[in-house]
Amino acid sequence: MSEEVKKIKVTIDNISVEVPAGTTILQAARMIGGDVVPPAMCYYTKLEGSGGKCRTCLVEVSKGSEADPRPMPKLVASCRTGVMDGMEVKNITSPRVTDARNGVVEFLLLNHPLDCPVCDQAGECHLQDLGYEHGKAGTRYEFKRRTFDKHDLGPYIQLHMTRCILCYRCVFTADQLTEKRVHGVLSRGDHAEIATYIEKSLDNNFIGNVIDVCPVGALTDKTFRFKNRVWFTKPVTAHRECKCCSGKVTLWQRGEEVLRVTARKDQWGEVEEWICNECRFEKKKTSDWVIEGPAHVNRHSVISQGHYEKVVKPTETFKAVHDGRDPQLLMDIHSVSEVNDPNVDLSAIAGPATGEVFKLTKKSS
Amino acid sequence: MAKKLLLEKAHVEGIRYFDVYRREGGYQAVEKALKMAPNDVVEEVKKSGLRGRGGAGFATGLKWSFLAKPEGVPRYLVCNADESEPGTFKDRYLMEFIPHLLIEGLVVASYALGSNRTYIYIRGEYAWIVAILEQAIAEAKQNGFLGKNILGTGFDCEIYVQRGAGAYICGEETALIESLEGKRGNPRIKPPFPAIKGLWGCPTVVNNVETLAAVVPIMNLGGEEYAKIGVGRSTGTKLISACGNINKPGVYEIDMTISVEEFIYSDEYCGGIANGKRLKACIPGGSSVPILPANLLLKTAKGETRYMNYESLSDGGFATGSMMGSGGFIVLDEDQCVVRHTLTLARFYRHESCGQCSPCREGTGWMEKILQKIENGDGVKTDIDLLWDIQRKIEGNTICPLGDAAAWPVAAAIRHFRDEFEWHVNNRELCRKQNYGLAHYADEIHVPA
Repeated sequence: MSEEVKKIKVTIDNISVEVPAGTTILQAARMIGGDVVPPAMCYYTKLEGSGGKCRTCLVEVSKGSEADPRPMPKLVASCRTGVMDGMEVKNITSPRVTDARNGVVEFLLLNHPLDCPVCDQAGECHLQDLGYEHGKAGTRYEFKRRTFDKHDLGPYIQLHMTRCILCYRCVFTADQLTEKRVHGVLSRGDHAEIATYIEKSLDNNFIGNVIDVCPVGALTDKTFRFKNRVWFTKPVTAHRECKCCSGKVTLWQRGEEVLRVTARKDQWGEVEEWICNECRFEKKKTSDWVIEGPAHVNRHSVISQGHYEKVVKPTETFKAVHDGRDPQLLMDIHSVSEVNDPNVDLSAIAGPATGEVFKLTKKSS
Repeated sequence: MAKKLLLEKAHVEGIRYFDVYRREGGYQAVEKALKMAPNDVVEEVKKSGLRGRGGAGFATGLKWSFLAKPEGVPRYLVCNADESEPGTFKDRYLMEFIPHLLIEGLVVASYALGSNRTYIYIRGEYAWIVAILEQAIAEAKQNGFLGKNILGTGFDCEIYVQRGAGAYICGEETALIESLEGKRGNPRIKPPFPAIKGLWGCPTVVNNVETLAAVVPIMNLGGEEYAKIGVGRSTGTKLISACGNINKPGVYEIDMTISVEEFIYSDEYCGGIANGKRLKACIPGGSSVPILPANLLLKTAKGETRYMNYESLSDGGFATGSMMGSGGFIVLDEDQCVVRHTLTLARFYRHESCGQCSPCREGTGWMEKILQKIENGDGVKTDIDLLWDIQRKIEGNTICPLGDAAAWPVAAAIRHFRDEFEWHVNNRELCRKQNYGLAHYADEIHVPA
């Protein structure tokens, strides 16, 4: 007999959802979806112990539970706080949360270089998205930003600590996915850095996944670095027979050329299945892969501007939708305005069309 | 003369050694406690009303009763001797002069909590105290008060001393546990609390040195008798480490009924302000707690006398009060510059932030830079408001209390000494040469009825 998992009710921004006991507030919000989902820069579902560090997912618990309705005095990190039966959570409906989150975004951007145009992560950077949603246009920071030298972590991965927001995701990945732990955090405070201590190459077969988990451009793929902008490439899902991983990947193509291989990511930007270094770095020919079709990219992402996804032609006609009624012009604009006279062939005019052109045609006709 | 419980025998010749300590009535608490049931010892501590002496002031008996006791899982007691708060040096004094008091308290507490392996996590800089403690542990072991089958009761207890590596953050209990496990000293995200999942995933109690030492007089006197000392919910005695511009800096044991005025000016304690200067401000409980100007320190906002106890020092909340904290009493005279003082604290917190969560990592550095700018005479008026906004966004939004501890001194300095900050930004040349002085000292704070 499998034990029945108890379902409990939680309300987030006045939307109720039933979730299994032990779910975190963030996961419950993701079940609802949409705007009530708090942003998460450090939490990663597949990495044990991750989360709680970046503080962007702070929410207000206005009612602890049915049994103990007291509100929690402090804002809590939704990624690491479990839901209780009858809990009421405020995310975007709480001015306190918005204020604190704006503060956190400001802190995250404080020492982060604002040179997105030259950063390889631009277009798929979570911090960039977060900055657009919550950040201010200007900065109140007038001091020198913290900088580090670039480091090569082996032949495939480049570490640029200047862009790092210390989410610790790569540390957890290196710790949990690979056998040797050669990757950690040195120093503390604002001078803490992700490092291998000595310039040691990360030669583990799954270490390439640290690139995928990095929310910013601190860890980048050296086989793709500065080859292209992500929004000029077209992502397609593909697979191959691989001995050590699932072989399910996303190929980033330009024409027929494979520029980059990454793991497939879900709608929250998290890797679905880890892939090995061989698939990621060495299989750069279309013939290596069985292509399944275009990968779905969120409509709001800059990557979707390439319109590579198959355009679905609407099957319903206007007539069918409107009970057989023909589309009707509400007003013929040409009868009241002399601009854009349909009799004027714009392609026949030398130079740009001006009001003079239309006046002339009016007179002559 | 106030009653002394902890430091009464601290200056007896040779008290550091077992024979003298035993002759002076030491280890009676162990003999008494081991005849009782462990739960009765916990009850006795509950009755005493003892509150944690490390800073937060949480009821010790209550904390002990929260300890989970699952079958077949070891429980641990950890003594937090990572005393790194600027202005606090009471634990050092206690461990250096009367180490057996701590060992005795640890044996009693270990028995009460069922911990067979007890750790003293000591600040790395206290290297010479490690030798003192280890000698005391060896002596206690030789005489049967520690080790296997203590006093024939069948209770085993070993005490180990572990040195830290020089991080303030490891005084936070979960960071301490991480460090004790041999990891990087990053605070854990709570819940789960250490009482459920602490050292190596087992239930753990972390207590301050002074708290554990106070268990000895509680056992000797009995919980109810101990609760009669002191006032209200501030029972027993408290060690205060006084420093700054006073005539007699040092560690004093007070019974929490004396007023702040008496503590600063009486010859029994601090002996007044040094060099005939006047009192400007004071941090009553270690660098993290809000600074108070003289007029709010001696009297509360309601005009009542302020006493040296948990309730009275926090009277008025953070608007017009402060906190007992760890008992690091830092006194500033009229020659001290509050901006410079706040900068020193801000630099400390930036240096000690673990860098795990963003508000603390980035915010502490930012605050330090702005304070440095104001102190250098390059500040502008908006910097003060910016500083206020930064501390507001750090406070309460971090994983551990270090963020709060970094934000509170800045907040209090601006709250009470805003005119001094404004003087700095308005007199850029002058502030490089001289201090603001005492102008705020005589100010009456308006109190809404």
